[in-house]
Amino acid sequence: MSARVLVGVKRVIDYAVKIRVKPDNTGVVTDGVKHSMNPFCEIAVEEAVKLKEKKLIKEVVAVSCGPQQAQETIRTALAMGADRGIHVEVSGKDYDNLGPLQVSKILAALAKKEETSLIILGKQAIDDDCNQTGQMTAALLDWPQGTFASEVVLEGDKVKVIREIDGGLETVRLKMPAVITADLRLNTPRYATLPNIMKAKKKKIDVVKPGELGVDLTSHLEVLRVDEPPQRQAGMKVETVEELISRLKEAGRM
Amino acid sequence: MPSYLCASRWSSTTAPAPRITTHYSVCPRDKDARWEGVTMERFADEADVVIVGGGPAGLSAAIRLKQLANQHDKELRVCVVEKASQIGAHILSGACLEPSALIELIPDWKERGAPLNTPVTEDKFGILTKKYRIPVPILPGLPMNNHGNYIVRLGHLVRWLGEQAEELGVELYPGYAASEVLFHEDGSVKGIATNDVGISKDGSPKDVFERGMELHAKVTVFGEGCHGHLAKQLYKRFKLRENCEPQTYAIGLKELWLIDEKNWRPGRVEHTVGWPLDRNTYGGSFLYHLDEKEPLVALGLVVGLDYQNPYLSPFREFQRWKHHPSVASTLKGGSRISYGARALNEGGFQSVPKLTFPGGVLIGCSPGFMNVPKIKGTHTAMKSGMLAAECIFQTITDENFESRTAGIHVPKYEESLKNSWVWKELYSVRNIRPSFHSYFGLYGGMIYTGIFYWILRGKEPWTLKHIGEDSNQLKPAKDCTPIEYPKPDGKLSFDLLSSVALSGTNHEHDQPPHLTLMDDSVPVAKNLAVYDGPEQHFCPAGVYEYVPLESGDGMRLQINAQNCVHCKTCDIKDPSQNINWVVPEGGGGPAYNGM
Repeated sequence: MSARVLVGVKRVIDYAVKIRVKPDNTGVVTDGVKHSMNPFCEIAVEEAVKLKEKKLIKEVVAVSCGPQQAQETIRTALAMGADRGIHVEVSGKDYDNLGPLQVSKILAALAKKEETSLIILGKQAIDDDCNQTGQMTAALLDWPQGTFASEVVLEGDKVKVIREIDGGLETVRLKMPAVITADLRLNTPRYATLPNIMKAKKKKIDVVKPGELGVDLTSHLEVLRVDEPPQRQAGMKVETVEELISRLKEAGRM
Repeated sequence: MPSYLCASRWSSTTAPAPRITTHYSVCPRDKDARWEGVTMERFADEADVVIVGGGPAGLSAAIRLKQLANQHDKELRVCVVEKASQIGAHILSGACLEPSALIELIPDWKERGAPLNTPVTEDKFGILTKKYRIPVPILPGLPMNNHGNYIVRLGHLVRWLGEQAEELGVELYPGYAASEVLFHEDGSVKGIATNDVGISKDGSPKDVFERGMELHAKVTVFGEGCHGHLAKQLYKRFKLRENCEPQTYAIGLKELWLIDEKNWRPGRVEHTVGWPLDRNTYGGSFLYHLDEKEPLVALGLVVGLDYQNPYLSPFREFQRWKHHPSVASTLKGGSRISYGARALNEGGFQSVPKLTFPGGVLIGCSPGFMNVPKIKGTHTAMKSGMLAAECIFQTITDENFESRTAGIHVPKYEESLKNSWVWKELYSVRNIRPSFHSYFGLYGGMIYTGIFYWILRGKEPWTLKHIGEDSNQLKPAKDCTPIEYPKPDGKLSFDLLSSVALSGTNHEHDQPPHLTLMDDSVPVAKNLAVYDGPEQHFCPAGVYEYVPLESGDGMRLQINAQNCVHCKTCDIKDPSQNINWVVPEGGGGPAYNGM
């Protein structure tokens, strides 16, 4: 049982903050804005740490891709119980263009390098809502995947995952190594308490560049423009059916 | 904290008041069956100095301590705990900074990139009437003259101070609130404990419950800002307010707006008094044009919390002020990007308490060093932190010093502060705020300032008194007229809830409300009955709502603790002094960005 789990953690704008689009419409304002760990990534970390506490796996490694501040997010994961961290340094234009495809290439490279048995990710990030990284990582590695996990049970060299799907719950059994993405009901993440934050300062975070992993970060997507959603227009009250019909005709809807 | 059993607090006259308060500071856990068997042991760690509050005062103290330690080749462990999730997130101020203290602390602040980007170029002052603005010349020598000062986004400056502190080796712990003061057996302060986490809304422990941590220190520095909750306890315990007047306060509401470039005058500072406040309600507005990459203005209204009409809503006064032609013309076509509010202290010289006690000291806006007519408190807060640091360093590194108490007492700090420019400054303006309490109200105050301050610079031999506690100033609702506030137009003025959303405030919802009531029955029985529930009018975040009971007649108080922006106004202004603000789980509260 030399199982090592890789957990991806993403630093995103805190969910309670009001997003503001940059005046040049190239993106959203991030400077000085409160950021925190993506809530689904917290759940992923919690699951990995639980597995370690049950002595089913040996090591939890937290990974984050981004600029210097990504290390804060890794520290939180370390405070929750991860053993060490890997910061994949991506900044500037590369960071603006960093999407699920690039991240999954990075994770795939790391998984091979670190001899990983299990990759646990959040099902999606709350900033882009892509819900693609887990699936792409599994495809690149040619590993089985258990996405939208609401329960994870290790059974020898296999892992049973109960998935939340539209019709209810689906149970799959995957042969490890495998990729799992965490959904909301998987667990309740523990707090990163102060003594653990202090201890986390002593845990190791390795810094690597994507080039060292042989990953090409070129994106085939170009963001043309970012806009606020249109303002909600006031509704209109009508008194009679005739008025409704005439209004609809006026608006060209009939 | 008084510790009654919860059941005994229910009113005995009519049906029992619905249970509101579940926080353990009012409902002790040692008598609560749900807490049986839960380990309450805490992990403890030692530092040389622990600082509560990562604001201008706390960070200045931390930086100064480390500067001295490095200078004298001494090892010093300095830890700062801060309830905001990141340094600067709970900071809210105008702000027009007098750089004196910063220059003393970090002389090469410019090379180090301190965000003082907007030197003041224009200073304007006016009296508003409903339709007009009467300009008043600001003569040199008047307290509100801003030559040499900078318009800053204090949250960003504090963030920068945090970076400087970390570079020097200060341990910063944002996201962890100091919730309890710890004491040695001899009664001196031992340190603090951070908040417990994982307590459910009904007061019972959740699966993720974990105790906070204890940080012990030789000296604990309390820099919680205006009306700190731990300071409130310390005043009582060490009788620090025996020889000073009660602190008086104001509430400051602020917004950041992106305006049309044609209206933008970077470096311009504008202040007004008068409309919409009447001559007996102290307060005034500010509007500062920042010079950062975008056409940004910081604007707001300050309302003295000694107002008498319980129907007054500082938030709605602020919103309607923006419709004044002189303000609307600047904001037209612009968009609001941020909102927040915070209480500030106005007592000045007369209200400064004793600053030291065995094991600890008070710095910054907590004891209160704001120069009210200048409306500046940051420079004095920083200086108080620096002086505290110097005296603490001298005392704890003095090999010949033998402390009589386990927690070290540093009375030298109070002496040092009283010999500094902070004290001289506060003394010279001590009579300006109280001069508003005559029949002539605002105009009396302005005349007093013009005559006595401008000519005599505060050298008059008398010291005017304040009029007592802010919470005692409300008149019963039946003696007052409700104020007709205009509806928000959604372009210049806005409703409360959309404003609160812009503060980014949030709290873990499943925790006991941190706005605790000593007695759950008092809000309806007294506040609502006599004063029409002033908390529903003065809270700038919509925390307090009187709603009809689910069954039967009558109302109950609903506390929407998640909205709280940590302004402390309720703890100050509650006429029953029944509301006790305690710290929520660390990391909760506003997410201000450069406010």
